[in-house]
Amino acid sequence: MGFLGQVGAWLSNPSRWQGVDGIPNRVGEHLFLSGLAVGIAILIALPLGVLLGHTGRGGFAAINVANMGRALPSMALLAFALPLAFSLGLGLGFWPTLLAMIPLAVPPILTNSFVAVREVDRDVLEAARGMGFREWHVLSEVELPLAAPLIIVGVRNAAVAVVATATLGALVAGGGLGRYIIDGLALQEYERLVVGAILVALLAVAVELAFGIVERLAVSTGARADSAQRDAPETASPR
Amino acid sequence: MTPGEPLIRWDWIVRNLDVIGQRVGEHLVLTGLAVGIGFVISFVLSIWIARKPRLYALVTWITGILYTIPSLALFALLIPVTGLSLLTAEIGLVGYTLLILIRNIVGGIRSVPADVREAAIGMGYTERQLLWRVELPLALSVIIAGVRVATVTTIGLTTVTALIGQGGLGYFILEGIQRFFSTPLIVGATLSVLLAVLVDAALVLLQRQLTPWARATS
Amino acid sequence: MADRSPGHDALLTTGGRGATVELRDVSKQFGPAVKGTAGAVNNLSIEVPPGEICVLVGPSGCGKTTTLKMVNRLVEPTSGQVLIDGQDVQRIEVTALRRRIGYVIQQTGLFPHQTIGRNVATVPRLLGWPEERIRARVDELLRLIGLEPERVRDRYPSQLSGGERQRVGVARAMAAEPPVMLMDEPFGAVDPIVRERLQNEFLRLHRRLGTTVLLVTHDIDEAIKMGTRVAVMQQGGHLAQYAPPAELLTHPASEFVADFVGADRGLKRLSLMTVDDVELGRAATARLGEPVGAARARAGTASWILLLDADGRPEGWLSVGQLREDREITSELADPSSPIFTHETTLREAISRLLATAVQTGVVVDENGRYEGTLSLETVGAALRASAAESTNGAAVPSGAEPATERAQ
Repeated sequence: MGFLGQVGAWLSNPSRWQGVDGIPNRVGEHLFLSGLAVGIAILIALPLGVLLGHTGRGGFAAINVANMGRALPSMALLAFALPLAFSLGLGLGFWPTLLAMIPLAVPPILTNSFVAVREVDRDVLEAARGMGFREWHVLSEVELPLAAPLIIVGVRNAAVAVVATATLGALVAGGGLGRYIIDGLALQEYERLVVGAILVALLAVAVELAFGIVERLAVSTGARADSAQRDAPETASPR
Repeated sequence: MTPGEPLIRWDWIVRNLDVIGQRVGEHLVLTGLAVGIGFVISFVLSIWIARKPRLYALVTWITGILYTIPSLALFALLIPVTGLSLLTAEIGLVGYTLLILIRNIVGGIRSVPADVREAAIGMGYTERQLLWRVELPLALSVIIAGVRVATVTTIGLTTVTALIGQGGLGYFILEGIQRFFSTPLIVGATLSVLLAVLVDAALVLLQRQLTPWARATS
Repeated sequence: MADRSPGHDALLTTGGRGATVELRDVSKQFGPAVKGTAGAVNNLSIEVPPGEICVLVGPSGCGKTTTLKMVNRLVEPTSGQVLIDGQDVQRIEVTALRRRIGYVIQQTGLFPHQTIGRNVATVPRLLGWPEERIRARVDELLRLIGLEPERVRDRYPSQLSGGERQRVGVARAMAAEPPVMLMDEPFGAVDPIVRERLQNEFLRLHRRLGTTVLLVTHDIDEAIKMGTRVAVMQQGGHLAQYAPPAELLTHPASEFVADFVGADRGLKRLSLMTVDDVELGRAATARLGEPVGAARARAGTASWILLLDADGRPEGWLSVGQLREDREITSELADPSSPIFTHETTLREAISRLLATAVQTGVVVDENGRYEGTLSLETVGAALRASAAESTNGAAVPSGAEPATERAQ
């Protein structure tokens, strides 16, 4: 029986599909943790980025935060989050992983929403103000729709990075698909290892593709044509 | 991380200076190897596909998917084939450098102003002379920008290779997690960030040295 | 232009002789047999004798740039031949051909990563000249285009002004003493004042070098000023007329050409005529320090006298009515507002300066600045009428041709 056969046999065992260590539960844990982290990051970064972009202030800081985010290895974030979670009495597993992922997800959303809003054509804004738009309407009816594509790209980059890093949560006794990889390594059980790896890889690629679809659906045709002229947006770093 | 234990125990650091030095060295070698090999592959590939938009789209699509795969998953997928080896680590690390490097090398070559290309061809440069004397020198700052991103990214990812037994600063992070001991955790994390910042700064200096015309403004 | 030491002339003239450029029935179609696409060229035949400046002019999309690029084979013709000194360019290895042809483009195409010296040295380097000769040639060229080698040699293009960059572009094209130069809107990217200066400098340079030049422009004024021959092209890559500028203005071959050169072509002709082409007037003159009485006697009925200094250079006009008998003539009394012309001043410039200074008469001086005669609006007006009469006599334009409203770009 080849290796693929072994993997197939491993997968066909019904116990793989139920209970705490079953695939559905692990996928669920992975997505819940990632979704929560990205959600919190959006709440922090989006208003801040849009505000900075609208006022045109703090650009230097916003860009630098993003570059620092790139230089911070996921392992290092996890390393910093673990003692922090411990000192806050939050224990192992879920909380340190979540704490590690928020600073990972904030920079791409912050930078992209800042850049997206700031780069809206000045003439368009002037025209809007000239027609009597209030600042709030300038923001909600002109800047945000035009900035949407780039903001979605920022959220996508954050989500892909978070899904990848959630895997490392298993190192600090977290759940999610990383469990299969870490346990597979520890037990030298390659079927488990490879199934975990494939699922994580598929999940990351699926998240990336899903955001592509969201972008297509959510963004007006005019804004998309406009975004095509911009430089290719930064991709998230591999994690 | 036992209650009452200080976050950093300096005596541990002093006692382990030689190991720390060794891990930094390993980290640099793993990173250097990955970026070096990645650059050679990307360079050859980029020159081949720079003027072939379809092929370029295909290559960036493939390397883009590779780029999306979480590092731990990629290493895990390779382990049944190449084992817990340096080769496994480097295949993964090299793979992650490709997208950024190819995008920047091709982008740099394409960003050479049309009038400069036209003048060069009009004065009788051959294709090869155009590439080596005009396009690549002018693409240099974009290329080095790519090398910077690739290097910083690789330094971060190299912390993960400790999981497949290839040393580097990730070793301290793992040790800290496994022994519940915050000092190596923080030493490993801090040094990897520091290393990224220092190497990045060094590359900025290199870029300034190599592109004197970019600094010259009247 | 900066002064040159006499030694440079010898170097310049060695390879500077122009070649004959001949386009024989040249056509270029882009895409499968699509006629009339922008940039196409249709059965074009032009012969440019050695040392002439042939300007290709026409509206955008008329194929003038395509035509130019077929000479150095940046564009290969669909049919027809391009010959340089009788040799078919198709038979010359393409890089070797291009290294023998100077090429200047609007955006200069200077290499941003190389110093000015290195930029100018491009083609000599490609040709493998010895370092020593290249260095001498670079400095010579920089001086020739009016830049101090010591100041600019080691700078980068971004450190020069737009006009200086254009000059360097021309110097780079001339570096290997090519017998032919192709210039694509070479003065298009600079402001009008700099453009005028660059045009004049280039004309002066060209008189010394005798290179054959093909120059593309969409500006009819530039064509008339720069060209010894002008090829007017129209949409679809057809040659509308190929003639010296004066003939173009007096005998436009078609309504298209007449429209293109503009309804003011009589006025444009004035830019082809200089002070030398009209008969100068005479004014009563007085010398500095002369008694007023003598000067008055010479003035006769005239109310103005031209005051000259000891060397015969004009100081200004004296109003006869204001001269006091008991005084000597001093330069404070003279009104210097009258414009000064040389023999090279075009009548167009003369008339515009006369109108601008609100005086009737300008003073013409020789190369040493000494008074020669006067030029009045009436003199220029007479020349204009003569030119207009000549133009209507010989023109093949239906009378009542609409004034040109559609101009290139």
